[in-house]
Amino acid sequence: MIDFSDKPILELRNVHKSFGDKHVLRGIDLTVAPGQSLVIIGGSGTGKSVTIKSALGLMTPEQGEILFDGHLITDPKRLDALRRRTGMLFQGGALFDSLTVWENVAFALLYRDGVSRAEAKRRAIETLAKVRLPASAADLRPAELSGGMQKRVALARAIIATPELIFFDEPTTGLDPITADAVNDLIVEQVKALGAAAVSITHDMASVRKIADEVAMLHEGRIVWRGPVSALDSSGNAYIDQFVNGRAEGPIQPAI
Amino acid sequence: MTISPTQTSPIEDSALLRPFRLIGQTVLAGFREIGRVATFSGRVLLACVTPVIYLREVLRQSLKIGFFSLPVVGLTAVFIGAALALNIYTGGARFNAEQFVPNIVVVGITRELGPVLAALMLAGRVSAGIAAEIGAMRVTEQIDALLTLSAKPERYLYAPRVIAGILTLPLLVLVADIIGVLGGYLVAVGALDFNGSLYLRNTWNFVTGNDIWSGLIKAAFFGGIISLMGCYQGDRSKGGAGGVGRAATLAVVGAAVLVLASNYVLTSIFVRVGL
Repeated sequence: MIDFSDKPILELRNVHKSFGDKHVLRGIDLTVAPGQSLVIIGGSGTGKSVTIKSALGLMTPEQGEILFDGHLITDPKRLDALRRRTGMLFQGGALFDSLTVWENVAFALLYRDGVSRAEAKRRAIETLAKVRLPASAADLRPAELSGGMQKRVALARAIIATPELIFFDEPTTGLDPITADAVNDLIVEQVKALGAAAVSITHDMASVRKIADEVAMLHEGRIVWRGPVSALDSSGNAYIDQFVNGRAEGPIQPAI
Repeated sequence: MTISPTQTSPIEDSALLRPFRLIGQTVLAGFREIGRVATFSGRVLLACVTPVIYLREVLRQSLKIGFFSLPVVGLTAVFIGAALALNIYTGGARFNAEQFVPNIVVVGITRELGPVLAALMLAGRVSAGIAAEIGAMRVTEQIDALLTLSAKPERYLYAPRVIAGILTLPLLVLVADIIGVLGGYLVAVGALDFNGSLYLRNTWNFVTGNDIWSGLIKAAFFGGIISLMGCYQGDRSKGGAGGVGRAATLAVVGAAVLVLASNYVLTSIFVRVGL
């Protein structure tokens, strides 16, 4: 068993975020230990995406603190460090469609680290192999790939610079169950290989059981439950029970 | 009775004051927009003149903005030159000044019509294209992805487009000048019985460096405005395909209006300094 009692790599303290009069995050408290895989679950529109976008500094919360490796990310230098040491897999992949697959994967090497194109391409092909994509895919455009392949390219782009923390935004959304399972396996395998921490958001319970060490449940802008994935079925928490079993009746109102 | 700040007083609420409130809101919104455009432009222009500049991107955008706009700019210029020659001939005939067709065509094209019409065509072609491309990148989270990869959108996306706009529009206008004069020449020689070599000699002897330079300086400004508006509207777009479409429309309208307004300002400055 891994000991997660170290200093957290990511910490959110009482984070609030509103859009107009919509109060989306109402005081999120969250810690992620190095090497830990935390999955945030919750219904649509409960603020899961907003939580990780705030943690990445893509959105600025009105209130509360976000610390990466013990430092506030409001400091531009720290935010830069956060982005250098983290990776993010976006929901739709968010691959740059004007670039080839290998340029996408090696983007950080090319434009941030100033690695030569030949060396960057070599490392991109190496990373593509880790996500089971052949070297022949390197010179294709993202639009020429299937959804599952795009996800894998996006995963390769997220892991190429050996991050210590990786965010996954609904990694299996829009994939068939078999491809989704393969993507889950790849995520677990690559995160383990890097020894990185992971924060994922999803509402795919199969994905949760596969990739999570711990699960946190987000409801109405707050964390209402957190515990190890093994406790998911015996939590005794009404929110978790309703969500895990996918019932329309319970404390959570369906978002329709 | 005291009124707490969160309540509106009966006076503020009255229908009589509604028009004033509307005017106030509109004016404030206008100033907010000007402020946003100005800060965005400042940020992008700073990225244009400070390292790192991605030359590969500048080159790619120059091809896209400049080279591939040649046909549309050339076609515009040849027809405008031709129509201009006809109009000046008819107008000039009223006071026996038909012989000044080459002189007026070349000044009209180089100082005014070349840069302005090329810029208006590019406001449609380039501004909308940039806004739609960047808007699509925004709504598919590609801009967020850039940020997470430590690339600044103003450096990687916007500055290359603005630099390309500023550098290539003057070149396009130079081509438009030549083709515009050619359009006038074709009509003058073909339909108005001008002597071809005399027409060209008159054009060449009359036009000054200032005529051409003032047009090219305008073109550089217009190139910056067009690409900046495209980037700005694309950057601000949200809400799926509809948002991208709206960004493209706003970019074209904004770019066209700003080109025409700044054309007047630049012309009056040139007149004052004798350019």
